Amino acid sequence: MTQQRKAVALISGGLDSLLAARVVQEQGVHVEGINFYTGFCVEGHTHAIRKKDRAKPKRNNALWVAEQLGMKLHIVDIIEEYKQVLFNPKHGYGANLNPCLDCKIFMVKKAHEWIQENGFDFIITGEVIGQRPMSQRKDTMPVIARDSGATNLLLRPLCARNLPETLPEQEGWVDREQLFDFSGRTRKPQMALAEKFGFDDYAQPAGGCCFLTDAQYSVKLADLWRARGEKSYEMDDIMLLKVGRHLRLSPDFKLIISREEGEGNFMQGYRNQYVSLKTTSHPGPMALVDGVVSEQDLQLAARVLARYSKGKTAESVEVEIRDMDANTRCLKVAPMGPLEIIPEWIL
Amino acid sequence: MSRMVVDCRRMLCPMPVIKVQNQAVKMAPGEELEAVCTDPGALNDIPAWSRINGHEVLETRTEGAEYIVVIRVGDS
Repeated sequence: MTQQRKAVALISGGLDSLLAARVVQEQGVHVEGINFYTGFCVEGHTHAIRKKDRAKPKRNNALWVAEQLGMKLHIVDIIEEYKQVLFNPKHGYGANLNPCLDCKIFMVKKAHEWIQENGFDFIITGEVIGQRPMSQRKDTMPVIARDSGATNLLLRPLCARNLPETLPEQEGWVDREQLFDFSGRTRKPQMALAEKFGFDDYAQPAGGCCFLTDAQYSVKLADLWRARGEKSYEMDDIMLLKVGRHLRLSPDFKLIISREEGEGNFMQGYRNQYVSLKTTSHPGPMALVDGVVSEQDLQLAARVLARYSKGKTAESVEVEIRDMDANTRCLKVAPMGPLEIIPEWIL
Repeated sequence: MSRMVVDCRRMLCPMPVIKVQNQAVKMAPGEELEAVCTDPGALNDIPAWSRINGHEVLETRTEGAEYIVVIRVGDS
């Protein structure tokens, strides 16, 4: 009896990795999924924050994919290790702060370590030549295989026939003839294959699954690094970049103003780590102060916050200032006029 | 039987899942693990993760702003 081979598939939750894993399962290989959590995954923290999103069905697509395929999924926290990928990408950033090629190399490298630790034979990804401008190109495919250390143990079932044979093909663990030769940005072959397998509820491709590909998010992250004088962040920083309106009022501090109730509730959880403000005389948002502030800065922050409250046309608005030890005091300020908000403040 | 409790408050998915996963591997089959979460997504994600990894979901409930999922660790 021949030994059943074992592969681990990088599962993002999108269609390509779903299909790649399924194609290899069809060949009798035992496949388990692995999903890496960088902290920037859109999948993660988008669920719970905004009130309007709470009504939408909540589903972690990587888990959903694993369930569809009847396979185990290992979710790996790489938040700390990922920082070095993001701070110093050898192959540079994409259009925003997305280090896609280095990210892919890093994830395949982690998967390679994982198969060695867990007695698996090879790695599967859903990559397709030409699908993505930075990381999925004909010339970058061998770079990923080489720099990750996975070399010929990395199989891309959706485009394998456009690439040199890998060990699983050479050894007959999988039949190359039953793999595919997809290329380019078209999604039609994937959609046809999904239909053949009976998948009709997969996550729609929507420009990536990472906040770092988002221009506005990247502007806020770059501002954070500039303000700190170095590339650094903690998990709370990258969570808060996703929430609220960010106004850089001075090099020393910025104000994060909630845009709706859900964000306000979420930001309440940070009141012990940041000075916070809320309007008390009129309904309005809450705000967190990120940085070091003087009394004058707090006056400015209160006036800006008042501008975003229901009291924006009132003569004065009362704003409660709460420090991290929950001591509160009240400032009475004149809300800023619409032209006083300097566009450059808004990140 | 004693029940291990993991505090996943203020974590957003998938962190509660990761915390449950990393605790479950240290536990013996049959032991119970309770996750206390504030992300409502955990009510779907932890059971989904449990189903695909061979653990039994004993209970899911909401207590005010907290979401609690109890699983029995499987033998896989």
